[in-house]
Amino acid sequence: MTTDLLVQNVGLDFPLYHGSARSLKKTMVRNVTGRMASDEQNRVVVQALRDISFHLKPGDKLGLVGRNGAGKSTLLRALAGIYEPQRGRVRVQGSLNALLDPNLGMNPELTGRENIVLRGQYQRMDRAAIRRMEEDVSEFAELGDFMDLPVRIYSSGMVIRLGFALATAIRPQVLLMDEWFLAGDANFLEKARERLEDLVRGAEILVLSTHLSSVIEEWCSRVIWLDQGRIRADGPVSEVLAAYLAPA
Amino acid sequence: MGRGRRVAGEEPIGYRHRTMDNAAIMSPPQTIFETQAGADRRERMRSAMDDLLTAGTMWRLSWTLALLDIKLRYRGSILGPFWLTLSSALTIGMMGVLYSYLFHMDVSHYFPFLALSIVLWNFMLQMVNDATACFISAEAMIRSVRLPMMLHPMRAVLRNLLILAHNAVVIIIVDLAMNAWPGWIGILAIPAFLLWLVVSLAMSLLLGALCARFRDIPPIVASLMQLAFFVSAIIWEPSQLGQHEWMLVFNPVFTLLEIIRAPLLGELPSLLVTFSALAYSAIIIFLASMLFVRVRGRIPFWV
Repeated sequence: MTTDLLVQNVGLDFPLYHGSARSLKKTMVRNVTGRMASDEQNRVVVQALRDISFHLKPGDKLGLVGRNGAGKSTLLRALAGIYEPQRGRVRVQGSLNALLDPNLGMNPELTGRENIVLRGQYQRMDRAAIRRMEEDVSEFAELGDFMDLPVRIYSSGMVIRLGFALATAIRPQVLLMDEWFLAGDANFLEKARERLEDLVRGAEILVLSTHLSSVIEEWCSRVIWLDQGRIRADGPVSEVLAAYLAPA
Repeated sequence: MGRGRRVAGEEPIGYRHRTMDNAAIMSPPQTIFETQAGADRRERMRSAMDDLLTAGTMWRLSWTLALLDIKLRYRGSILGPFWLTLSSALTIGMMGVLYSYLFHMDVSHYFPFLALSIVLWNFMLQMVNDATACFISAEAMIRSVRLPMMLHPMRAVLRNLLILAHNAVVIIIVDLAMNAWPGWIGILAIPAFLLWLVVSLAMSLLLGALCARFRDIPPIVASLMQLAFFVSAIIWEPSQLGQHEWMLVFNPVFTLLEIIRAPLLGELPSLLVTFSALAYSAIIIFLASMLFVRVRGRIPFWV
């Protein structure tokens, strides 16, 4: 089966339920003005995504741009199958890995090895594959004897190396990436950069969310500009970026 | 409401060698899923079923998580999880002496009863409390990777099973000391315990989902459980109620406890008690399945 990612008329509302809803509301209003609404049961909801459609095939490298609160992260989570949309549909064919937050599933109380095993099991790898991942990650992250000590006592450099090695050890056909991952590019070690490039090039479909145009220019072949949960523009990198960066 | 499908396909595609430095890079198994809005009841039921089956194939992950929960709690302590055993032994020892005196009961009869009751009750109590938190406490995980929702109740049940295994040591020691083996009738506790596991899973789904949505429920549940401890014939024996003993069948905590405790004490639970326990279980399982089919896809928005 060919790798394929289909998004049709996706709409997604965020209900605001809990005690913090009011203060959360205030903070969100700044970014999402005009998107607060009430649903049929009079609950307050934020319309995080509205009428999103696109279709990605092998070779497509999509960049998502938009200011904070435009819906980029929510869209990535919907693509990863974490949030199920209330309207429309998302269909993913192919192995998928979503690099959404830097500490994804990493528990500082657990040892490096335990964290690696857990990540492998999240991805439903078998024992042999997990063992290979252990070797690969510990070698890259240069953890040595620290593998069997809790991550809590690692130096910050070791934590970053472990997180990075873990995230890049899994090579999916569909790769979803949030911008944090490429943000520290300037100081990246040469071998880290090599590994990351390898991962991105190895993915058949890439969806990358960022507001750094340099990252988009380097990695993407198509850009979607999200604004207040809607697609404002969709097309080749140069066109959309020019419109996005143009003074309003 | 969304529809979710995830089909485990091929095994990991093996590993490719990188051209640059020969480091191995793993590829996760094929994932196919579809999340779709506006699905009808049947579709929702099918995706709930899918969730259940996928969780079943991922039992190893929930086992690892449960094991790590326990390990973490006791990492660095000398006795480790056997602190659980020790604290249960202390509670039972103290209460046994005190209450056999207060109730004027024969120690060799009361101790085995109390040891069983306390250990089983602690499982129930902890299970219900963990159930209320099973989705809320897994928030980070739920929001970072697509996993079957059923995985979290499984983790809670397995964790409590591990704790129960440590506490069961106390029952065995008391039974040895008091020479109070239940005999063959004790085997009846096995099907009853299997029922407990299913009910525990259902309870975790039910309370876990409700508590994720309505945050007032955990304290309500906690105070109800405190009440249940006193009214469910845990430290006192059902026969002490005399002619009012029949009223106990209206208490689900009691009947569910009794179907395991009675056989392990060498007695047959009454038909009425057995029937009530089955009826309460059926209700819990039914409610949990209904709720799960309805709200499975909403849980990530609630936690």
